[in-house]
This record gives sequence, C-alpha cells and structure tokens, in this order.
Amino acid sequence: MTSTPVVATQASTRSRALALIGGEATDANLRRYLHGIPGIDAVGLEQRAAALGTRSIKTSSKKRAIDTIIGLIDLTTLEGADTPGKVRSLVGKALTPDPVDPGCPRVAAVCVYGDMVPYAVEALGSAHAAGRDQGVSVASVATAFPSGRASLAVKLADVADAVAAGADEIDMVIDRGAFLSGRFGQVYDEIVAVKDACRRADGSVAHLKVILETGELGTYDNVRRASWLAILAGGDFIKTSTGKMQPAATLPVTLSMIEVVRDWHRLTGAKVGVKPAGGIRTSKDAIKYLVAVAETVGDEWLTPGLFRFGASSLLNDVLMQRQKMQGGHYSGPDYVTID
Amino acid sequence: MTRLAVPKTYKLYIGGTFPRSESGRVYAVTTPGGDFLANAAQASRKDARDAVVAARSAFGGWSRATPYNRGQVLYRIAELLEGRRTQFAHEIMQSEGVPAPAAGRQVDEAIDRWVWYAGWADKYLQVAGNANPVSGPYFNLSVPEPTGVVAIIAPQSGGSLLGLVSAVAPALVSGNTVVVVADETRPLSAITLGEVLATSDVPGGVVNILTGSPAEMAPWLASHADVNAIDLLGAGDVDWVHLEIDAAETLTRVLQPESGADAAAPSLARILAFTETKTVWHTKGLL
Repeated sequence: MTSTPVVATQASTRSRALALIGGEATDANLRRYLHGIPGIDAVGLEQRAAALGTRSIKTSSKKRAIDTIIGLIDLTTLEGADTPGKVRSLVGKALTPDPVDPGCPRVAAVCVYGDMVPYAVEALGSAHAAGRDQGVSVASVATAFPSGRASLAVKLADVADAVAAGADEIDMVIDRGAFLSGRFGQVYDEIVAVKDACRRADGSVAHLKVILETGELGTYDNVRRASWLAILAGGDFIKTSTGKMQPAATLPVTLSMIEVVRDWHRLTGAKVGVKPAGGIRTSKDAIKYLVAVAETVGDEWLTPGLFRFGASSLLNDVLMQRQKMQGGHYSGPDYVTID
Repeated sequence: MTRLAVPKTYKLYIGGTFPRSESGRVYAVTTPGGDFLANAAQASRKDARDAVVAARSAFGGWSRATPYNRGQVLYRIAELLEGRRTQFAHEIMQSEGVPAPAAGRQVDEAIDRWVWYAGWADKYLQVAGNANPVSGPYFNLSVPEPTGVVAIIAPQSGGSLLGLVSAVAPALVSGNTVVVVADETRPLSAITLGEVLATSDVPGGVVNILTGSPAEMAPWLASHADVNAIDLLGAGDVDWVHLEIDAAETLTRVLQPESGADAAAPSLARILAFTETKTVWHTKGLL
C-alpha cells in the first residue's frame, strides 16, 4: 500500500461526501442530508434478518463458513484486568487457534487497548501484518473507549499513541451524546480529525473503524444516520458496538448497516467494511451474519478487509464446531484454550 | 354426551424447559396391546447435544451446593413423587400392562429408593473419603468429587419408573448433572418425572430427559468429548461394546449394561461410580 493513492482516495472521498451533503459539513447541512434519508421499515428489516437466519448451511458449506469465520475474527480482550501476559497468550491463540490442527486458519487481528499494542506487536513478531495482506493485524481501541467522554485533544493523543506503537487499525467510538443531540457536525469533524491522526510518519494510514454503539442510538433510523455520517466522514469500517453494553450487535442492526455500505458502494464505487461486535457467541449466529453479508453486498465482502467479527468467546465455539466436523463427534470446552 | 379424547403430545426436558425435538419428530407410545396412549418427542443427536450443554452449565452450581442442601433438594423430589403417586401408578399400569397393586408397589419402591439415595448425599463423603496414614508431618486426605456430566441409558425393560430412578438418583447424589435417555417404548414415567423435577428445587439442567431411540442417541453421547461418564445400564440391546470403545476415545468412564431382577440395585457403589478421588496433602501443626 503506497501513500499517494491513499491520500488521493481520501481526498476524493471527502469531496464526494461534501458534494452529497451539498456544502460544508455543518450541523445544518448534515441534518438536512441525514434526516432526508428514507426511514427504515423496522418490521421489514427484522423480518428480512430473521429470514436470512433460516438459511441452511450444512456439511461442506458449513466447513467453509467456519474457516471463513475464523479468518474474519478480531480476537478481542478489552478488560481492565488485561496484562502483557494475557495479551501474549491472546496473540498465541490468534496465531494457532487450534493447537492440535496446524491447518486451522489464523484470525484477522487481535484487538486490545492502546497501552497493550506494543506487547501485541512484539508477541506477533514476523507474523504481524503491518499493512501486508498476510499475517495478523493489531487493532487498538482508542478515543476514550468505551464511553468516548474526553476532550478531542485527549482522544487524538490516544489515537496517535496507538498508531505510533504499531497499531494497524484504530477502533474509535463516536460521541453518542453529540450525535443524539443533533450536533452532527461535531461528530463528523471528530471522525475526520481521528482519521488524520491515523496517519503514520511514513505517510501510510492506519485503518479506521468507527464504533456507532448502536445500543445507545435507540432506533434503526439513528443507526442508519450514524452509519452514513461515519462513512461520509471517511471511516474505513463501521462497527456496531463496543461490547461493553447491551444490546450489542444484533442481526437486524448489522443488516441495516450492511445496507448503507451497499448503497454507498452503488453510489460511489467505494467499499466500506462492517464489523459486528459483542454478543456473537456461537458459530450458528456467526453464520447468519455471513449469510446477511453475502446476500446483501455480495461474497466479495467476506474478506478481512471488509468484514470482521469483534469477539472473544466466538472463536472457541467455532473451534469446537470445527473439531466436531473433523472428528465426527462432539467436542467440549476442555479441548479448546481458555482465553 | 361423550367427551372428545385429548391425546397428549409430550416434549423433552432440557435445561429446565420443555422443548420439542429439534427434529420435529414424535412417535406414538402404546400399551403392550398396541392401544394408543400418547405421543412422545423423538429426540435427535442435536437434542442430545443441547442436553449436554445444559448439563455442563448446570454442573457448577449443583456440584458446589452443600451436600446437606443437595440431600434436601432430593428429599423434596421424593415428596413430589409421593404427591403424584396415583398418576405414576396409572401410567405404569397402562404402559406396562401390569395390575394396579403391582404398579403401586413399583411406585412405592421407586420413592423409597429415591429417599435412600437422598440420604447418602451428606454421608457418602464420610464413608468413601479417608484420612490416609503417611510417614511425615502431613494430613493426607482423599475425598470423592463428582465427575461432571453423566449420560445415562435408562433400563429398557422391567419397571419403567423404578429403573429410571435407580439410574438417575445415584448419579445426582454426589453432584453430577445428568442426561438420561428414557425407556423408548414406555417413556411416560420419565416424562412425568420431568414434570416433577421442573416444579421441584432442582436447578434447570441438572437432569435432562430425552425420549426416543437409545440406538440413535447413545453413540453421540458416548463419543461426546464433554460427557464425563456414561452409564450403559439399559443399553444391553444395542451395540454397547462399540459404545464403550467410542467412550474410551475421549476418556469417558463407562458403566456396563445390567439386566435381571436386581439390575441397578441400590448400592453405594453406584454413587461412587460417578466420582473421582481427590487426594490432598496438608501440613500438620507440630505442637
């Protein structure tokens, strides 16, 4: 990835966004645009999500789905009790999810707090993706995660710190307070500023995932507006939740976000990623998300660059399913690692 | 005016709830003469899998309850069994084709046996545990602990309620959780026992009752890596040698089938079969 095209795309994204909004990204212009988006048929959305959940994925398709899921997981530890040791063992699990099967694919990334990034980078060593296509990336939450209640200067310092420590991806939270009180311009400007802070000294840019915390937004319409806002401001990914509050990711909410990504792709040709996070614990659930993605935006979205699962306990369930499919008998929690 | 018959369709008992079989299948339960009695859910391997998950998640709470508390909970079940005495006796009469006095005797014996096992809950530790003599300034103590999730193939002949109780009660005493495949042709006692358990103090998931074919479910339970022991008590008619081989693959403890009049007779051995011995060393005060 060289620096020039990135800057060019960014510039064009911004001009496209401004053209859509119809002027500068002020509260008034954004409000006019976001409130002009057609509302969501909540019943229809939930029905569509439920219908997608009934697809029967069996045998060889299931096998492929399971390996795909593993390759899309952001293996996450975001606890106050995290230690360098915990992060190292998490990285170990990311590299060899199933110790008895070297053929098991690696996860896409490990997701940690900013101060744990150096330990994750060190533990990954040569397996660290660092912008390459193979390897495991390091994602860091930032901007006063999970509440986002800090001044912009503190948030930007948080981001710059994580990027300097070697984070390939930044998971930022939006200011839900500002969003809900209609200060869209502030949310927009913050995302733009964070995006700028993701730039490294060599000109390359860390990927930016924008966490909407859909559980706090209240309505599907707000989720759709926040998704548009995050994409217009230049987010590379839109992510449902921090995982720190309930409800976290649900299939209807994620589906509505995937629809925004699809519309943006149709409108501009640009591809934005989606990351449901929190509450996805079983491979059965995860497969429903794969189906929703494949049937809404298409198979080409099922790559780590465009779709991720933010999860910690999901991986163990997927591994147990994988062992069941390989061994022919049900596996148990004693046969996967704890964290 | 004649009343319309109300044929019942029973469900499974998994994790404290009564779900239908995931497969949607049911089968007819009949009298020995072939008259229709009720429909029972025909559980599939996935129901067995769900039951194991439920049993595993209930294990922590049930095994950590104090032995006294476990004993009280088990006594309470005996009380509820007593309250449903007529229903059990009636169902046994119908499904086994035995006369009323024999059915009544079977229910009495089952309740007595349940009480007998309940009494062991806070006593088996003293009998089976030991302070071992060692040459050093240490206490060396061995205590039995529950093994975990126990899968049981209930007896498929003889008294349906008595056989079920003889298999389930001893596994519960020490704090194991149970997934039991009921008598296939005469499951009514097991279904009613499920209703008893649901209204008792037993936490959901401690006992899970599957109705259906042992031949279909037993291989999945035997090979399941999260099942710690399997009691093949009523599996004499299926290919149980292969079940034992499958079970060995994941180090599952196996109890072999029994038959005859005194099959699964009440004994401390049946309780201890599903325990593991923990031995600890502890320094002695030297005064």
